[in-house]
Amino acid sequence: MNAQIAAILAMDGIATGAIYVLIGIGFVLIFAVTRVIYVPFGDIAAFTALTLAALETGHVPGTVGLVIGLAVLATLLEVAARLRARRLGGLPRAMLLTLVLPLVPVLAAWLAAGRDLGMAGRVALSLALIMPVAPLLDRIVFRPVADASVLLLLTVAVVLHFGLVGLGLLFFGPEGVRTQPLTDAMFTVGGMNFSVQTLLIVAASIVFSGLLFLFFEFTLAGKALRATAANPTGARLMGIRPATTSTIAYVLASLLAGISGILIAPVTTIFYDSGFLIGLKAFVGAIIGAMASYPLTAAGAIFVGLLESFASFWSSDFKDAIVFGVLIPVLLWRSLGFRESEEETEE
Amino acid sequence: MRWYRSSAAIAVAAIMAAGTARADITVGFVTSLSGPGSSIGIPYGRGMDAAYAYADTVDGQKIKLVRLDDGTDPSTAARDARKLIEDDKVDILIGTATTPSASAMMAVANELKVPMISLSPLKASQSSDAWGISVVQPPPLMVSVPVERMVRDGVKTVGFIGFSDAWGDLVYGGAKRAADAGKIKLVATERYARTDTSVTGQALRIFAAHPDAVLIGGSGTQAALPILALAQLGYKGKFYGTPALLNADFIRLGGKAAEGVVVSAGPVMVAAQLPADHYAKKISLTFFDAYKRATGQVSTNAFSPYGFDTWVLFLDAAKRALTKAKPGTQEFRAALRDAIFATKGVDGTNGIYNCHPGSAYCSDQRGLVLVRLVDGKWTYAP
Repeated sequence: MNAQIAAILAMDGIATGAIYVLIGIGFVLIFAVTRVIYVPFGDIAAFTALTLAALETGHVPGTVGLVIGLAVLATLLEVAARLRARRLGGLPRAMLLTLVLPLVPVLAAWLAAGRDLGMAGRVALSLALIMPVAPLLDRIVFRPVADASVLLLLTVAVVLHFGLVGLGLLFFGPEGVRTQPLTDAMFTVGGMNFSVQTLLIVAASIVFSGLLFLFFEFTLAGKALRATAANPTGARLMGIRPATTSTIAYVLASLLAGISGILIAPVTTIFYDSGFLIGLKAFVGAIIGAMASYPLTAAGAIFVGLLESFASFWSSDFKDAIVFGVLIPVLLWRSLGFRESEEETEE
Repeated sequence: MRWYRSSAAIAVAAIMAAGTARADITVGFVTSLSGPGSSIGIPYGRGMDAAYAYADTVDGQKIKLVRLDDGTDPSTAARDARKLIEDDKVDILIGTATTPSASAMMAVANELKVPMISLSPLKASQSSDAWGISVVQPPPLMVSVPVERMVRDGVKTVGFIGFSDAWGDLVYGGAKRAADAGKIKLVATERYARTDTSVTGQALRIFAAHPDAVLIGGSGTQAALPILALAQLGYKGKFYGTPALLNADFIRLGGKAAEGVVVSAGPVMVAAQLPADHYAKKISLTFFDAYKRATGQVSTNAFSPYGFDTWVLFLDAAKRALTKAKPGTQEFRAALRDAIFATKGVDGTNGIYNCHPGSAYCSDQRGLVLVRLVDGKWTYAP
């Protein structure tokens, strides 16, 4: 290996890592606020890519059916819960949130079918379509068991992942897709070819991580999320509704996953079940960040990307084994550092 | 009651004598119309539509076609096979889109002694009392044909990059055999996964080894990934591949980088360019015509012709079996099986079929031609 090969591998690894950064941060965000290790997170990214591809070919994306189904189910649950509690006062507002709001992008997609929206329009519509999915799933699946143990929530998340993969097959079909590149431009620095697409991935990762930081530091909603993450009971006493914070967390995280899905779609072929492996690698990054620290997660995700890139050069047969093998020493090191688990401190 | 029964029997006999002298031949067709195998299973189904439009009788004998979906699930495929045999009393089974499902059906066919034509690869060597064959070209041939071409083209050193799965192993095996025989030298062996987003590392490794040519062991759109990565690094050598690259999206994604790729393919893929005396020319044009009539579309996929070929094989064998036994009986099934294994020189869209007991495959190297990607179109390259 010479310096040039190392540089190419490093560039490639950082680009891959940048995608893991977005998903990894989403993992940490959801876990901190809701204590759910959101296994189907990679699926959200894959579904965004599939949505974008469907819009590109002028079809109505499968996400439309998925969102309609979830919105109707969530609304029924909401109505049933309120009927049982005899609290119908907040129903119009709840209906607005669980039924009307998610159906707005659906309607937009319906109207836009067969029309050329331009790249920016398609990206925006894909993101708008995917954003309601995770919050609605949260309402349907996780809200009823919100106070259960982390282990139970994890188990539910794993089940949800398998359910989503099945729904993905139903709504998107078995074909893999690859979207048009956002840009074809290339440039050469010091004898090395760089594609602008790669730079775009890295830039998007930096920009959106930065925006998230600003959101947490300077907005009331961001501070409420941080408060919930730091001390859920205390936050509740201060008048922060856990249901609202978890919805905000899911919307934000979906946005991150959606963006990574859109960035990854032109680089590789995405199938309805591609999300899991991407999510799992990002999860390794989040583990390095102990599911708590955003900067450490970002660093961990970049490390996973680099490791993957160099492993594919050294021994491509064992690439994934090497990446996941890293989990073991990291977990050992982490378990030495944090003897008390969160579960115990809560009791 | 006795008079009633006997008169009914006479009436049935009279109707049968007035209509066809024998019962219809019943064919059970299973394919994957849903599930992950449906991208292959649906075209197989269309190929069968074309086949049925081409001929729904043999020797004046009506053929009844019963179709079932296996959902890409081997246990459903086995259940379908059992249902077709026990409820619909089929004389022959045809199916299905994936090897695990086809093998599951084959097990039922062997158990209940019903002949079967598989649409997927099977284990090459089988016992001589097996009841089925596979219509596809033997997979090792799909690799050895392009490898032989490499040798002919004067390629000395070869880099291999393929999926880290059974298909990648198969293609690697083909390259390894040629290397062991001293025909080529394998200078780099790299693997990647279907879900990988980047193969830059592997491409660098191959690029550093400077092979004359690179053999691609991927499939579909993901087969374009290493070609694009190597082109980006400035690799100027040739690319060779298997029929797994015959995919419209591969051409779209590969773009300029994929130009000149040489792959093995069933002759039907370049039927219009074949010389007039090529065995596959006439039958392929017949297939295209039947496909157009049955579906109203032009066939471009690589799978529908296989569905059609199962029918060609079946028609030929049924013609011979009809002289020995009546359809709907176990004797007919046995005669049909013997007739299938005695198939000699039947022209199909994907090969000349010569079957013999003990082998699951009927096709030889004539079932594959070489095609080159020129200006985004596969061109016959003899």
